[in-house]
Formats: sequence, C-alpha cells, structure tokens
Amino acid sequence: MFANLRRKYDFTDVLLWLIGGILLIFILYGSIVTLTSGKYTTAQWLNFIVFGLAQGGIYALIALGYTMVYGILGMINFAHGEFFMLGTFGAFFMAEALSATGLLESNWVISILLMLAAAMIVSATVAILAERIAYRPLRRAPRLVPLITAIGVSYFLQYTARGLFGSGVEAFPNVPALAGSIAVGPIKIQNTQVAVFIATAVLLLLLWLFVSKTKVGRAIRSVAEDKDAAALMGVDVDRTIAISFAVGGIMAGAAGVMYGLVFRQVAFYMGFVPGLKAFTAAVLGGIGNLAGAVLGGLILGVIESVGPSLFLEGIGIPAPHQLKDGIAFTVLVLILIFRPTGILGERLSKRA
Amino acid sequence: MQKAKPFRLMDAVRLGLFGGIAAVLIALVGMIEAFNKREVINGVISMSQVMLMAVAFVSAFFAAAQAHKSKPGQTIPAGLIAGAIVGVLVAILALAIVPLNMREVFVNATPRLAKILMPQGMEGIAGAAVLVVGAALVGLLAAVLTYLPGLLRRSILISLVAVVLLALLKDVLLPVIPEGLGDFLYASNGLTLVGAVTSFIVVALIAYFWMRVRPSTSKRIAAMPPAQRRTMSFVVTISFLIVLFLLPAVLGSYLSEVSDLVGFYIIMALGLNVVVGFAGLLDLGYVAFFAIGAYTMAVLTTPELPLVRGYIPQLSFWVALPISVGMALLAGIFLGVPVLKTRGDYLAIITLGFGEIIRLLVLSDALKPGLGGAQGVTGVARPVLGGIVSDTPQEFYYFILISILIAWFITSRLKKSRLGRAWMAVREDEDVAAAMSINLVGYKLLAFATGAALAGLSGAFFGSKLGSMVPASFNVLVSINVLAVLIVGGMGSLPGVVVGAIVLIGLPELLREFNEFRWWVYGIVLVVMMLYRPEGLWPDATRERELLDFEDEPNVDSEDPTGLAPSATIPS
Repeated sequence: MFANLRRKYDFTDVLLWLIGGILLIFILYGSIVTLTSGKYTTAQWLNFIVFGLAQGGIYALIALGYTMVYGILGMINFAHGEFFMLGTFGAFFMAEALSATGLLESNWVISILLMLAAAMIVSATVAILAERIAYRPLRRAPRLVPLITAIGVSYFLQYTARGLFGSGVEAFPNVPALAGSIAVGPIKIQNTQVAVFIATAVLLLLLWLFVSKTKVGRAIRSVAEDKDAAALMGVDVDRTIAISFAVGGIMAGAAGVMYGLVFRQVAFYMGFVPGLKAFTAAVLGGIGNLAGAVLGGLILGVIESVGPSLFLEGIGIPAPHQLKDGIAFTVLVLILIFRPTGILGERLSKRA
Repeated sequence: MQKAKPFRLMDAVRLGLFGGIAAVLIALVGMIEAFNKREVINGVISMSQVMLMAVAFVSAFFAAAQAHKSKPGQTIPAGLIAGAIVGVLVAILALAIVPLNMREVFVNATPRLAKILMPQGMEGIAGAAVLVVGAALVGLLAAVLTYLPGLLRRSILISLVAVVLLALLKDVLLPVIPEGLGDFLYASNGLTLVGAVTSFIVVALIAYFWMRVRPSTSKRIAAMPPAQRRTMSFVVTISFLIVLFLLPAVLGSYLSEVSDLVGFYIIMALGLNVVVGFAGLLDLGYVAFFAIGAYTMAVLTTPELPLVRGYIPQLSFWVALPISVGMALLAGIFLGVPVLKTRGDYLAIITLGFGEIIRLLVLSDALKPGLGGAQGVTGVARPVLGGIVSDTPQEFYYFILISILIAWFITSRLKKSRLGRAWMAVREDEDVAAAMSINLVGYKLLAFATGAALAGLSGAFFGSKLGSMVPASFNVLVSINVLAVLIVGGMGSLPGVVVGAIVLIGLPELLREFNEFRWWVYGIVLVVMMLYRPEGLWPDATRERELLDFEDEPNVDSEDPTGLAPSATIPS
C-alpha cells in the first residue's frame, strides 16, 4: 500500500504540501483568533481593504510592464522596478517646478497631467534605452545571460539615481486639492486614493484598447505568440518589442506618479521592493496575462494590507506590520510552488 | 552577429556621442569630483583627468579600430572625431552647470565640478576649446595606437592601466615596499614623474616579453611527459601555498583585513559556483545561508540573549562551527525542496524572495528575543587555539585560508566526479539529463546544499571575526556581490572565482573613494561582461564552448529551464 503511494507522490511533494498545510493552519488560526477577539471594527477592516486596493492599483500598473515583457520575450525584466523609480523622480522634479510656479495650487488637473507626462517620458525612455543597449543584443543568448544583464541594468539605474539625485529621501510636494478625504458610509477614502483608482482604471482601459484594438497591439500579440511567424507576416519584431518595453515604461511612470501622490516620498532604492512585489502580482495573476496582472496586483495589495493584522496578530506576533513585506514574499513563494501559472493562467497572446 | 558593415564616419560620431554621454554621466554621478583629490602623477595629472581622458581614449580607440578594419584611410579622422565629440559634450556640461543651475536637479553638478572639468585655471569658451582640442589629441593618440602591432599595443595598454593602479594604490603599497623604491616612485600625492615613466616602461617591457614567451612555454609544458608535468605542477602549487602562508607577515594589519574580506567572498563564491556555475541554478538569495551561518555562530556563542541561554548552553567557537555549517546545510535542503521544483527563471525570483524573508525575520521584533532584532548580537566568540584567542586579522587569515583550501579541494573534486558531470548535464539540458536517469531534484538539491554549507562556513567565520552581528550586513547586495564575483571570474571556473573576488572585493576596499560607486560600477560590469565576455575573465573550458556557441544557433523559444543549454533541440 505504501509502495503504491510512494510511486504516486514524490517525497518532495509530501514535504511541499506539509509546508503549505502548516502555513494554511497558521493563517486560519490567526484569522479566527483576530476576528473573534473583535479588536478591529468592520469599518477598520474596510479601510484596510481600501488602502490595500490603492496600493494594489500601483502594483498592478508596474506588474503590467513585467507581464508584457515576459509575455513577449519570456524574460524577467529585473530592472522594471527601476523604471518605476526613475519615473517617480521625473514626476518629483516636475512637481517641484510646478509648485515653484504656483501651478500646483491653482490648477491641479493640469499639474497632475504634466507630472504624468514627465514620469511617463522618463520611464519609457529609460525602458527603450535599456532594451536597445542591454537586452536586444542578447536576444538569442542562453536564458541566464539576459537575466543577469537585467540585474546589472537594475543596479546601474539604481545607483545612477543615487549619484544623480542624492542618497536621501526627498519629500514629494503636496497637492492641496488632493489633501482631504471623502466618506462613503463608514469608510474614509483619501482623495489621493480616489485619484489612484480613477487614473488606474483609465490607464487600464486605454491599455486594453491599445492591445486589443489597434494594429500595433495586434503586432504585440502576434510577436508574443510566435516571433518567427510574426516576422514572416511582416511584423517588425524588434520595433514591436521596443514598443512593448515603452508601454511597460509608460505604465511604470504612471505608477510612479501615483506612488508619489499617495506616499509622498522618493528615494533611489524605492524601486526594488515594489518591483519585486509587482512581479509577485504578475505571477499571482498569471504572468504574461494582462488582466491577471491587474487582478494579481489588487489581490496582493489587499493581502498585504489586511494580512499583518488578520493573520499575524492572532498568533500573537508583536509588531506584525514589520512583516508586511514578508507576507508579500511568502505569497510569491507559495504561488510559485503551488500554482506557477497563476490565477488566470499564462499567455499574453490568448488573453490580451 | 551581423556581418561587419563598411565603416562610415557616422559610426565614429556615434561612438563619440556614446562616450561623451558616459563621461557626462560619470561626472554627474559624482565620480569625477570624488577622485579629484587623487593625483596620478604629482602636479601633472589628477585621477579625474585620467578618467575623462580614458573615456575619450576608449571611444576613439574603438572608432579607430573599426575604421582600421574596413577603411584604413579613415583611422586617424575617426579617432580625432570620436575624441573631439567626447570633449565637446564634457565642455557643454562644464559650461552649462552654473548658468542653468543644474544643481537643482543633479546634486553633484556643483560649480566645483564645472571648475574641475575645465583645464586647470581656464574658464569659458577658451577652456572649452582647450578641452575639445585635448580630447581630440587623446583620440589621435588612440588612433595611432591601432597602427602598432598587436603585441606592442597590448603591452602599452596593460602598462597604462598598471601605472594608474600603481598610483591609486599608493597608500597600500607604500608601507609594504622598500623605502628607497617608495621614495623613488611616490611623491606626496601620486607618482613622481620619473617614477611613472620608469614604471610604465618596466611594466610594458615585462608584459611584452611575457606575452612573447608564453605561447612557446605553454607548448613546452604541454610536450612534457605526464610524470614530469605532474611534478612541476606540484612544485608550483606548493611554492604558491608557501607564499600564501607567509603573506600576512608582509601585509600588515590593514591589508590582512582586506584579504580576510576577500577570503569570505572567495568561500562564498566557491559555494555559489557549485550552484550557478556547475548546476546552472541562479540563486539570488544566497546571502540567506551566509546569514544563517553567521547567526548560528552568534546565537550559540554569545553571552547575551538570556532567552536562548535558558535552553542552549553557551558554546565555544569550535563546537559552534560545525553546527553553523550544518544549520546552513539543513536550511539549504529545507529551502531547496520547494524552490527547486519551480521553473528556471522563477528560481531566481523565488530565492530572492526567500533571502528577503530571512532578512525581514531577523530584523523583526517578533524574533528579537532569539536573534537580537535590529540591534543585532554582540560578543560572538573568537576561535581559540592552544589557549590563544585569535583576534587579529593576521590570525584570522590562516583560518580563512584553510577554509578556502578545503572549499577549493571539495569543489574541484566534485567538479570532476560523477556528481559534477551530472550537474553539468542538468545545467546543459534538464530533459536529456532526466532521460539519462539523473534524478533532477536530488542532484539540484545536492548542489544547493553544498553551496549553502560553504556560505554557512563563510558566515560563521564572518560572524566570529566581526564579533558582532547586525542584520544590515545581510542584505541582497551581498548576493549580487557574490554573483558579480562569479560572473567576472568566469562561472564554473575555480581560479576565476579567486580573480573575481580580488578584483571586485579587494580593489574597492583599497580605493576608498571608489567604495561609494562600487554598485554603480558593478551594474555596468555585469552588463558589459554579459554583452561582450559572458565566459568571464578566467573561463572554464567547457563553459566557454557552451556560451560562445549561442551566436550561431537560435534557441529563443526552447523551453530550457536552466537557460544554459546551447540550443538543444530534441527531435520529437
């Protein structure tokens, strides 16, 4: 009887399910204890979720860049978090200039549009340059080679930002029009969070229209499906790849503006952790899948904001919010182990 | 690779622009200003000038070399143009810094930088003109150099680099070399003019003759009977070891400190070499095992942490050492099982995630009673041998050296063993390896565990040497550091690891101004190595063949999880 079982399940499988099971029990136990203790009111939980969704919207925007590049090149673009960071710096300097001229206070809509433009231009330019200089010559190299190159690009960009803009944390200028908050029933939503929701929704709609309705979008999907066949059909593969890097950069730039508005700070190292989390989001939703990236981002944002209070506090871990990032990375590890194809499955081409 | 197009002067312009942008970036990042205090030749030329000239030189050299290949007549103009364009961009920067108030955005664009970029004591248009002319002259020099025969050109280039290094390493070398030589070579800041010229000539001559003699010598060695060759390599190894053992007596305390650090990285890199180089598993969370080794050593031997002491008695270094290595090994297996089931590049991310989780756990208040939290642990035991406590860097040097030798022995034996061949098979093609009845997970796990154990060994010594432990020393940068060492040296190659560690860990430690920019330079180094020399500086023979193969055979779409196989297409 055991021999039969042994044949069916490898020792490593058993160990894996054991780890997963233990974690699940901890999570359930912690949640039940927290919920029954009634430490947080429903309104507080809803506020956690709203905060998580705003955070998740930012992750989703960054995750789109990972997913597009992975869908097309099958490569993890490690440097994508740095594109986001540089975009935030672009928005930051634009915001500084705007606040110096007073436009930031008198006309906030135009200000934010200008900040978006600056961030998107910076991120997209860096993304295109990185693709052109570092990744394109390696298109036919063994898989480890572009991955290591991407790590190199990431460190180069990070420390270029440190050298150019200094090693300190800079405070993002305040946008007075977005200072307050609105109340929806028991929930308090910051105006900046509302701005993030609206902007994210609009950008996603535009991206969806771009990928599914335009000619360039069709080219992107065809290259993701089969590069050689696409080339035979007259698609300029190199140009299409550059465009998808640029689109990823634009989304990362937008995420940078959102980040600046919500968290009000910029620093050279800020790309790494959000980048890793956005990658987690992309994998969670199914890498290569645009809808999946968005879904993954939102789910991860919520898990991360609810998780420390819900899972950890119940177990009795002191200062659970220190382990917020740990929860996100645990989600990454668990997803990669148990469902590497993500919630919605892979492929950019099939589900645009 | 595309077929070489005929050279056009536009290519020289492009290279010049590229170099110019690089020079501007170097200036804005702050490197030029940081190195300005260093003189290469006292009173003649400073390191920041050398850096700018080197950029102009390199772009002009590439432009001239390209021209030389297809249109020899355009060699000189190509060099001149490329050099001049670098000069123009630098001059524009120097002129623009103050009027445009660039400091608002770029923290390093100070008026001082503008002054440094200009030739000494000049300003405005005149200074800019001199700058452009000077850069063009450097370009001309580079172009002339392409006309020289290869051997001579190479020895001149080597010698130029060596002189700059000699000047930079003054503070390190001065206490070590005889006084007379020191007075001859060095002035108060940098080399003396006579010393620089002499050392340039001497190094160039040595390099020239060495490169001339080497092919015939290696042929002669290859022609020796095997027994004689074995004796010779034995004698060379032994004398090398003797030198290594005598080294700390000469080096003094500071240099021993640096060699200890290099040693920690050599052990770690030898371990990661097994994981990445042999088995082809890109592990970016390698620092986790280093941390586990160090923390096990710390927690077991410190008199602090009363909570832990309630359960485990305080141990001595020698008892804790094997436990630390064992803990790292166990962690390697425990983390390895889930991790190794995932696909190729996910492995990199998942290990990165694990490394971060470990760091966050160590930092958290939750585990503070056991691990000391953000304040860390102090009072870690030192190795005691025959009643003597080793706490100087020189004494540690021997422990580290012995550990390196053990690690070297183990990994070099593993490489040639059945196990090593199995790893390489897994690296090259998982499917084929599995078809050869190689148990993929088992072999990967062994590689992972070996690497983890070596990292734990390094960590245990590291913890003991520092005497105190803070979580900040175990961030992801350490993993990237080790990876860079491996890439520069040559993945899979053992001597390469040592070369890489000396270049990437030792040099930045000796050049304090450089330390701030090391990550920036590492990023560039990783990209450049991958683009132009993926096999590393001291490549492993098999590896080199593999990596150089890829240019002929496309394998973009092959579902090859390790990513190292040179396009193995399996007929279906």
